Amino acid sequence: MKRFGLKYLYLLPAMLVLMLVTIYPLVHVVALSLHRKLLIFDISRFVGFANFEFMLGDSRFWTALGNTAYFTLVSVALELAIGLGIALLLNRSFKGRGLMRSVVLLPWAIPTVVSAKMWEWIYNADYGVLNYLLNIDINWLGSPAWALNAAVLMDVWKTTPFVAILLLAALQDIPDDLYRAARVDGAGTLKILQRITLPMILPMIWVVVIFRTLDAFRVFDAVYVLTGGGPAGSSETLSIYAYNLLFQTLQFGYGSAVALSVFICVGLITLVLIRAMRRSEW
Amino acid sequence: MVKRGAMYLLLLVVALFCTWPILWQFITSLKPEAELISLPPVLPNKPTISHYQSVLLESSFIAALKNSFLVAIFTTLISLAFGGLAAFALAKLNLIGSSLFLAAILSISMFPPIATISPLYVLVNSFGLRDTVLALVGLYSTFSLPLSVWILTSFFKSVPDELLQAARVDGCSTFQIFYKIMLPVCMPGLIATTILVFIFSWNEFLLALTFSVTEASRTVPVAIALFPGLHEVPWGEISAASIVVTAPIGLLVFMFQRKIVAGLTAGSVKG
Repeated sequence: MKRFGLKYLYLLPAMLVLMLVTIYPLVHVVALSLHRKLLIFDISRFVGFANFEFMLGDSRFWTALGNTAYFTLVSVALELAIGLGIALLLNRSFKGRGLMRSVVLLPWAIPTVVSAKMWEWIYNADYGVLNYLLNIDINWLGSPAWALNAAVLMDVWKTTPFVAILLLAALQDIPDDLYRAARVDGAGTLKILQRITLPMILPMIWVVVIFRTLDAFRVFDAVYVLTGGGPAGSSETLSIYAYNLLFQTLQFGYGSAVALSVFICVGLITLVLIRAMRRSEW
Repeated sequence: MVKRGAMYLLLLVVALFCTWPILWQFITSLKPEAELISLPPVLPNKPTISHYQSVLLESSFIAALKNSFLVAIFTTLISLAFGGLAAFALAKLNLIGSSLFLAAILSISMFPPIATISPLYVLVNSFGLRDTVLALVGLYSTFSLPLSVWILTSFFKSVPDELLQAARVDGCSTFQIFYKIMLPVCMPGLIATTILVFIFSWNEFLLALTFSVTEASRTVPVAIALFPGLHEVPWGEISAASIVVTAPIGLLVFMFQRKIVAGLTAGSVKG
């Protein structure tokens, strides 16, 4: 009996901090979202679901939700496509594989803030190298039509490597015998890709899609530093909107409601994706 | 032969795709002020290290570097200690409901940090820890804990039970088994976790932006995002600062590429 309890002591430190820093705040944020709470005026009043009702009629919320959905969908789709291409390439045998893997990991490993600053300079309308290389004149970050796409492009650069590395790991687990057998049976490259490679890495593809979708949906720093959500809110994501409500206008009640909506969306997306994953077969 | 040539060409394209923004930042950091606002030339005519000098002489940037190192080191220590203990129990002590616990931890790692930032703000303030390195260490240790637990559990599980039973027969207590056998045997896993947690805390922005108000706790990502510019944006210095911050991470990537990949895949495969 004594030994039985002792085993659980190993979990205790982790459980305690997780309770304090994730579980308790999650309960508290629900409470905050049901209050009208303005930090500057020291106002705090229970208002039920009023914040959520207001949210449903708040056009800035819907714009942010649309921007977030667009950002998530386009960047994850591009990252998966390009990442798969890179993974297939890196899976071949060539000299300097280790070096190449390090090179591919670089964008993933550098701080997001740094990559946002790098791209802000690349996109610069007057002296940016992108306009110079393409010999065009686009105000990437200053025009509502381009700002969000510019953020997507940066995210694709930064995160495709992560996708590629995970898919590569799955590719390397496919036994060579399978390929050999297929070739003996006369299967061509495309057929092998379709019948062996993709079905074998399908579980990893799902892991990557779920990871990346949830990560992209809560995007904050990449867009916040690159565009600040502008111009005119054209690249404002839900996380940025919630952050601005909380820490610029200090509306802790409504801001918490919007922040909670990110959590609810992420939860719903997870459920949908896991259902889809369970039903999927190649 | 042609096929191999095409493959190496594609590899070169991928390598350039991954590195060119960093290379451009490096080139920018070497350009004198006058050449920053003209293109061409692409490469600096008169390369200069003056941006590096002004960044490294800037006391606030040095303070931020120091804070970042402190936060990253202590976060890594705590996250590994707590995560290691939990992972050991989950992997080897036959706990009831250990897979449930792992699933719960995984879903916690999927929490969008923005969702709990307002209560955390209240919490940190009530402890009087706003604008302290300690607050960031506490938060980062917890936010990186799921990662540590998850990766270490998968490494610990791969240790054969016979090894532990043999140690038990030799008279080792459970805790001795943990630190005399598990930890040394799983050194690669510990290194992988260390690097991933270090990178996470070195790069984190949202919490740092929220909780660090002054130089007392400001970390490098926040310092770079809020880079002081009196008149126009000081691109030369921002690039120099970016290169300085990227260097330690780049070094880690080139030294431990294999470990990082092992950590990333251990963290995701069981999902």
